[in-house]
Amino acid sequence: MYWNKSRECMSRDELEFHQLQKLKETVDRVYHNVESYRHKMQQKGIIPEDIKSLEDLKILPFTTKQDLRDNYPTGLFAAPLSEIIRIHASSGTTGKPTVVGYTRRDISNWAELVARCLVMGGGRRDTVVQVSYGYGLFTGGLGFHYGAEKLGAVVIPTSGGNTRRQVMLMKDLKTEILACTPSYALYIAETLEEMGINRDELHLKTGIFGAEPWTENMRKEIQEKLGIKALDIYGLSEVIGPGVACECSEQNGLHIFEDFFIPEIIDPITEEPLPPGEKGELVITTIDKEGLPVIRYRTRDITSIKYEPCPCGRTHARIEKLLGRTDDMLIIRGVNVFPSQIESVLMAAGETEPHYLLIVDRVDNLDSLEVWVEVSEKLFADEVRKLEDVRKKIASDIYTTLGITVNVRLVEPHTIERSEGKAKRVIDKRKM
Amino acid sequence: MFVKQISVFLENKPGRLAAVTKVLADKGIDISAISIADTTQFGILRMIVNKPEEAMAAVKQAGFPASTTEVLAVEVQDEPGGLNHALQVLQQAEVSVEYLYSFIKRNEDKALILFRVEDPQKAVEALKSAGIKIYGSDDIASL
Repeated sequence: MYWNKSRECMSRDELEFHQLQKLKETVDRVYHNVESYRHKMQQKGIIPEDIKSLEDLKILPFTTKQDLRDNYPTGLFAAPLSEIIRIHASSGTTGKPTVVGYTRRDISNWAELVARCLVMGGGRRDTVVQVSYGYGLFTGGLGFHYGAEKLGAVVIPTSGGNTRRQVMLMKDLKTEILACTPSYALYIAETLEEMGINRDELHLKTGIFGAEPWTENMRKEIQEKLGIKALDIYGLSEVIGPGVACECSEQNGLHIFEDFFIPEIIDPITEEPLPPGEKGELVITTIDKEGLPVIRYRTRDITSIKYEPCPCGRTHARIEKLLGRTDDMLIIRGVNVFPSQIESVLMAAGETEPHYLLIVDRVDNLDSLEVWVEVSEKLFADEVRKLEDVRKKIASDIYTTLGITVNVRLVEPHTIERSEGKAKRVIDKRKM
Repeated sequence: MFVKQISVFLENKPGRLAAVTKVLADKGIDISAISIADTTQFGILRMIVNKPEEAMAAVKQAGFPASTTEVLAVEVQDEPGGLNHALQVLQQAEVSVEYLYSFIKRNEDKALILFRVEDPQKAVEALKSAGIKIYGSDDIASL
């Protein structure tokens, strides 16, 4: 079953013809509408007409998260605000979030992509889909919501949290497809046990899980505990959101929707393209986006790509399950966290050279983040209450900046190991 | 009128308190009052010592965050109701007590209690006018 067979199963020749036309349009669009892109291309002496084949993509400059930050909030938008109908945002590497904008057409295309993913998971018009991704600035909730509506499925927009109620609705409304983060899926499985509900009392068939890395072992555990097929979905807000790539029922790589995105795998250091099958950084060019097209966007995610035909019949290339990053970004309960963000919170709290360590763990299937902060002369106070206030202040500032709850631990100076050169800022105890 | 107290930050883990007392022992510093306020994560060690400046420098050198605080050393009768008398006086003067602990040594039938209060000046006035003796650094040194 396909959502859009003519697109998902088009021959390589047809696909590449389509890609080239769309790439030309996109380059033309950003060159004329976005000063930053025009400037970067002019510096390299490139004009849109230089793009004559798909190979020519490689002459174009890369786009990074830094570019989004430099052009905060809407400087990279390629459509006027009168055309933009939606904003989403993800946490940036320092205080400011990364803002993305969508035109009506973008929202419709995004829904098309998510609808394809849902069909990969067995979704039909009468399927009950429970969206337990957070609704709001995060792309997960609304992205899935619109995709499921486009499919014509029965959407239950529970968003995250209130797990017992989620389970009750799941049971009573006979949810078949669950969309959430893999760690939340495990948490739901545990809640089932607590509530004394057997998995056979549910009607779940498929889970479409993403927004954080998860291993094959986690997949086995989820599939076993919930009695479902667990599919991996990939996406990032800078590109569009969930639905950039998704596993079909073969569970052997994620089909990246090549009629919307051109993937490349590069060596993150030399920036040279790598051949299929080799691990490197995934770079994505959007070729059918109006609000915020990105040219050769450095995702910092590590994967490999394969072009062999898939038994499911889809012709789009597959990327390997994503597990690593080329930068120090952590994904905690689906939220992107950079150590530098924690550092800027500590600096704002008056620490000129903060010594801190982030301890990430997964307790009862939920990610936890503990922030160790060395107590300097400046932070120290003679009263327990004042020190507790310091802890609470740091925790609440982190919550305000990142939207995640952390446990702050005050430690003695020199507790945190100093290494030559780059300080070790993170200990990730999660079993990946 | 006030006595200098040294406060040291300690993590709640084995050996930390002993590390501080070793630093002081090595310097031949005498501890005349000591207390710990603890939470699940950390504690604050508070002490009155005979050589505060030296003790402070040694503790800091050993890498412990430390600060000095001025506290009141109040004499109370070492008998039932002795401490209560001083606290009643403070309460009537509407002075809140942050914390208190007692001296190791005593002066005949008198006990010495160290007070950290919200408004030290007001506390001193109230205690004095109630006839309660407050010790200065010199008084303590001669104990």
